[in-house]
Amino acid sequence: MITLGHMLTLSGVLFALAVAGIFINRKNVILLLMCIELLLLAANFNFIAFSRYLGDLDGQVFVFFVLTVAAAEAAIGLAILVVLFRQRGSINVEDLNEMKG
Amino acid sequence: MLIQILFYGFSLVLVAAALGVIAARNPVHSVLSLVLCFVTSAAIWLLFEAEFLAVVLVLVYVGAVMVLFLFVVMMLNVDFEQLRGGFTRYAWLGWITAAVVIVEIVGVVTAKRLGVDVSRGAAPLPADYSNTEALGHVLYTEYVYAFELAGMLLLVAIVAAITLTMRRRVGLKVQNVSRQVSVKPGDRVRLVKMPAEKRQ
Repeated sequence: MITLGHMLTLSGVLFALAVAGIFINRKNVILLLMCIELLLLAANFNFIAFSRYLGDLDGQVFVFFVLTVAAAEAAIGLAILVVLFRQRGSINVEDLNEMKG
Repeated sequence: MLIQILFYGFSLVLVAAALGVIAARNPVHSVLSLVLCFVTSAAIWLLFEAEFLAVVLVLVYVGAVMVLFLFVVMMLNVDFEQLRGGFTRYAWLGWITAAVVIVEIVGVVTAKRLGVDVSRGAAPLPADYSNTEALGHVLYTEYVYAFELAGMLLLVAIVAAITLTMRRRVGLKVQNVSRQVSVKPGDRVRLVKMPAEKRQ
């Protein structure tokens, strides 16, 4: 029988890999966006697991909204990326220092 | 027992694909690994009887969002090798962070004082239970305002993405539809009254 602990551990491993990916690929904006998608997927795993084991459907509704927001985020993020590449000819995070942040 | 074997198998594929996403040399391989991640996640969600969300994950993510990613990766002419500089320089930091996060999460999961029994399984749902129907009932009654808001959010995202990427070239001849529609006969034909010329 799959227990709640199995699912939470799996989502924890997925989350940790995504966080590691953000550190490792910190120059490439496309990979950063993909790692954020992976983070959101790991969070969704927790929602699904608790929704199933507590017998409460609200968790699945939240997954639905997280998927919506993630899709919107991906669309706008990629649009910004395309505009950025047209303007600068590069998607290196280190080149984006005009605002001295 | 079969479900357990399936769960472990899909989990292995999922973790391997996630590793592929963050460590692949070629970004196209990263995107394809992420597609594999989403498909195996959908399979695991099916094991947890969240059928509607599993189908939505495949349709929306694999069908739309990942294709968008693939388009962008292939369309932009980026020198990806140059972006990988510093990969090994910061890899240790990434792996240490991952290890710390895993240890923390496992610590939380196995904590006794949370009041959540993590070692229990869920009772199987009845055979005539429809996940989609139940989700629809909740979504269109209790969460209807949030649902409408999500729709608005998607609309705003569409408008924002199109406005950001639309290119306006100078010197392009385009129709002005509002002027075309509001034109009157008087603007097109001018009747001129003038005396007839004398015969010569």
